[in-house]
Amino acid sequence: MTSVFLNGISKQYPGVKPAVSNLTVTIEEGEFFTLLGPSGCGKSTTLRMVAGFIQPTSGSIHFGDKDVTNTAPNKRDTGMVFQNYALFPHMSVRGNVAYGLDVRGIPKQEKAKRIDEALAQVGLEEFGDRRIDMLSGGQQQRVALARALVIRPAALLLDEPLSNLDAKLREETRTEIRSTQKAAGTTCLYVTHDQAEAMAMSDRVAVLNAGELHQVASPRDVYNRPTTAFVARFIGRSNVLPCTVLGVHGGSVSVRVADGTVFRAPRVEDTISARVSAGDQAAFSLRPESIVLTVNPRLETTGQLTGRVLTAEFTGAVNIYEVDWHGQKIVVSAPDSFDRAEPGDLVSMAPHQDRVWMVEP
Amino acid sequence: MDGGTVSLAVAKVSKRSGLTSSDRFVYLLAAPLVLILLVYIVVPMLATATTSMQGDGNAYKGFVNGSSATALGLSVGISLASVLTTGVLGTALAVLLSRFDFPGRKVLRLFALLPMALPPLIGAVSFYFLYAESGILPRFLAQYFGADAAAVSANGVWGVLLVHTMTMYPYFYLAVTSALAGSDASMEEAALSLGASRFRMWRTVLLPMLTPALVSGTLLTFMVSMASFTAPQFYNVQTLTMQIVASRTSGAYDVAAAQAVVLSVVSICFLLAMRWYENRRLHRGSSKGTPQSVKVLHGVLPRAAAGVGSLLLVLFLMAPPATIALLSFTVDGSWTTQILPPEYTVANYARIFTDPVSLRPILVSVQMAFVAMIGCVLVGVLAAWVVTRWKGPGKGLLDVMVMLPWALPGTVIGVNIVTAFASPTPFNLGQVLIGSLWILPVAYFVRFLPLVFRSANASLAQIDPSVEEAARSLGAGSWRALRTVTVPLMSRGIMAGALMAFIQGFGEYVASVVVYPPRYAPLSVEIYNRIYSNEFGTAAAYGTLQMVLILLVLAVSQRLETPRWARKSRAASRGDSAVTLTPVLAPTLNPIHETGDKNEHANEPANAAPRP
Repeated sequence: MTSVFLNGISKQYPGVKPAVSNLTVTIEEGEFFTLLGPSGCGKSTTLRMVAGFIQPTSGSIHFGDKDVTNTAPNKRDTGMVFQNYALFPHMSVRGNVAYGLDVRGIPKQEKAKRIDEALAQVGLEEFGDRRIDMLSGGQQQRVALARALVIRPAALLLDEPLSNLDAKLREETRTEIRSTQKAAGTTCLYVTHDQAEAMAMSDRVAVLNAGELHQVASPRDVYNRPTTAFVARFIGRSNVLPCTVLGVHGGSVSVRVADGTVFRAPRVEDTISARVSAGDQAAFSLRPESIVLTVNPRLETTGQLTGRVLTAEFTGAVNIYEVDWHGQKIVVSAPDSFDRAEPGDLVSMAPHQDRVWMVEP
Repeated sequence: MDGGTVSLAVAKVSKRSGLTSSDRFVYLLAAPLVLILLVYIVVPMLATATTSMQGDGNAYKGFVNGSSATALGLSVGISLASVLTTGVLGTALAVLLSRFDFPGRKVLRLFALLPMALPPLIGAVSFYFLYAESGILPRFLAQYFGADAAAVSANGVWGVLLVHTMTMYPYFYLAVTSALAGSDASMEEAALSLGASRFRMWRTVLLPMLTPALVSGTLLTFMVSMASFTAPQFYNVQTLTMQIVASRTSGAYDVAAAQAVVLSVVSICFLLAMRWYENRRLHRGSSKGTPQSVKVLHGVLPRAAAGVGSLLLVLFLMAPPATIALLSFTVDGSWTTQILPPEYTVANYARIFTDPVSLRPILVSVQMAFVAMIGCVLVGVLAAWVVTRWKGPGKGLLDVMVMLPWALPGTVIGVNIVTAFASPTPFNLGQVLIGSLWILPVAYFVRFLPLVFRSANASLAQIDPSVEEAARSLGAGSWRALRTVTVPLMSRGIMAGALMAFIQGFGEYVASVVVYPPRYAPLSVEIYNRIYSNEFGTAAAYGTLQMVLILLVLAVSQRLETPRWARKSRAASRGDSAVTLTPVLAPTLNPIHETGDKNEHANEPANAAPRP
């Protein structure tokens, strides 16, 4: 295993926007690192550049101290799990797992031992002699994982490996992949568009959009402290409101929204909140669950937004409301035990303490 | 950042080739491939073009006002008429067999593809013996019904048209069958439920869907008709292909070359038209939807009529090979004016296997076809792989280079090779093949390379490129990945293509006539020579052996059907024996294979550049 360092890599196809532009990321040894973003954001391109199937237009890729930018894919010592598994249909399960070991000229006895271990690791001891087309999707997925892990790769690369599984199997498998990776201590680069998957599995997540890196952080920080409006909206649901900065105080920033209401947002180093000054146009994000909803409020109360309920949706644990606030839709989720509002009701929305989070628009 | 670092960075960027090692491997393999294609396909064409210009283009001037222009007109006319007749027959048969159930349907389905198993020469010979003025049917009608044999027989242009219709309708039949099988019944049901009448539904829904199949069938039939040589030879119709051979025989090499160039231009235009049409063709909806229902014919009268009709058609389709088989037992020279040959013997066969001189044509053909097959496989598979994996410009050119011989009439290929390998030049690498036995495998190789190429291409299209990438990322080098993963996965397609190349080479006549060295006549040429010297029995015995071998090979390739891992995806798209025949015999009629790989670039980013 090794660390992976992407040094300002870009991929530019002629005549279109860059697929990836100037991406710099360090993936630590043994880390489970996820590239997350909507389709077309450049995450698969990045992974394929790390694997060596695509040559970056500029920048360099390093495994540990070694520059592998111009190394052929077969010399990079990566294990890759493909979206469609890419198993060899003309070989048995064992044949598939053995392939990378054969290439490396591993002696027969050790080879057999390592194949057995790898199959045991993914719970397929009994299936060694099966043909690939006799396996279910989940089993094929695990063969692909065993095949990639058995060579003890410097880095394990996974390209949306769960997208072809049904919902229940997906959740089981993601736990399995995570624990297998932890046990092996392999550096892991994982690509997905499913934010729940990314949150559940990763040590750190990199959020990409349109080839640009938006944020690299732990799942918790990506959710609670999004750097940009895109991250706020893409991870979970979020209301992003434009505002004007009124003033900067020691640990907070006061901002005013269109209807004159004033909020305070925490001022945190290395975020946009530390860089703004009075008079700037800015934006903040407010999670639906960070809002307290009051039906028929007393109108003179300050620090809250007032609007009319457009839709009310009962989902079990919570009610989801869409509230019209000066032409902008604000989403609020409130436990069912709270005040229930009906469409047409006048409501006030007050953010929880410190949950007004400034983002780059 | 100061100016220095910027320019340094720019320099670093521009130094990058953007090539991965896999790309370099493709270019590395492309080099020998391009050399082979240049030497054996492109240079011979240019050699013919050069020859045609000797004498300051007088050959072309003569072309315009001489008999060549008439011949060209005749060729075009016959081809247009062939398109019409094969189109009607092939489409009707396809609709009938895919949409209706009636007594005799299964048998008819089985026999509908029989004409494709006939070597071209045998087809022409058998039709001649059956329906020409001295043929079996006209004599029968003349003797028992007092008809005028000349009036009820197919002679001249009509004979050619009959042979064309009966041997080329499978192009339409296969294309339309596959289009009908690919259509979703729910689409028709939607039209009907929206209030369309059955006729309107056919006109507005089904016919537009069949258009691609009809267009491909048309182009293909036209090309093959233009290239046809055997039928015109038997019925002595002076088409352009006949003129080429006649000109060469009389020593007018420049005239022959000019005629070959004109024919090549026409054929290449059609090849390009076909490629253009196939590339712009829209995707068919691939809903898994409702399977097609087959309409069962009811009522005694329609069923009886359908049964009798099918029986007659099967008899009609069976007649040519049956005639050859029957003739193979006649005593040479005994059949003169009788309806059927009067005397029978097995001596013809005995002689072939005991007399070394009689056996030689078979040995020559087997060996030459085998050598050509090896070459076709090596180059065809390589070409398919390179063209599929090639990125950037040049891909289309490479594809056209491989497919060119397929568009060129066999006669023209013969002329090209004879012209290019007549004396040692740097362009033919100093090889002289005239008078050498090697000229036959070279001609067969050039003619049937496209078959193997298309067949390998079709099986390559079924392989997900990420499988090869998986091998690469597991540490296999480009060559090892190709050898251990890609080629094994292609093996059945390669085998099917190889067998086809072999039987085609074994029955090859048109180019052989032009190039064969005097002492080593291949089988088809020998058959023609025997007929010419009235040894019908021996000729037919050769022909029967040829058919038997072809059926044997076809049976083997049926055994080799789709591998288990690919069966699932294919079974959904097609369902009958046409599957294995289609990609190899009618190289362009395989839309399903060609569109099957479209979603395999799913792991490419959506904003990546479109591949050319």
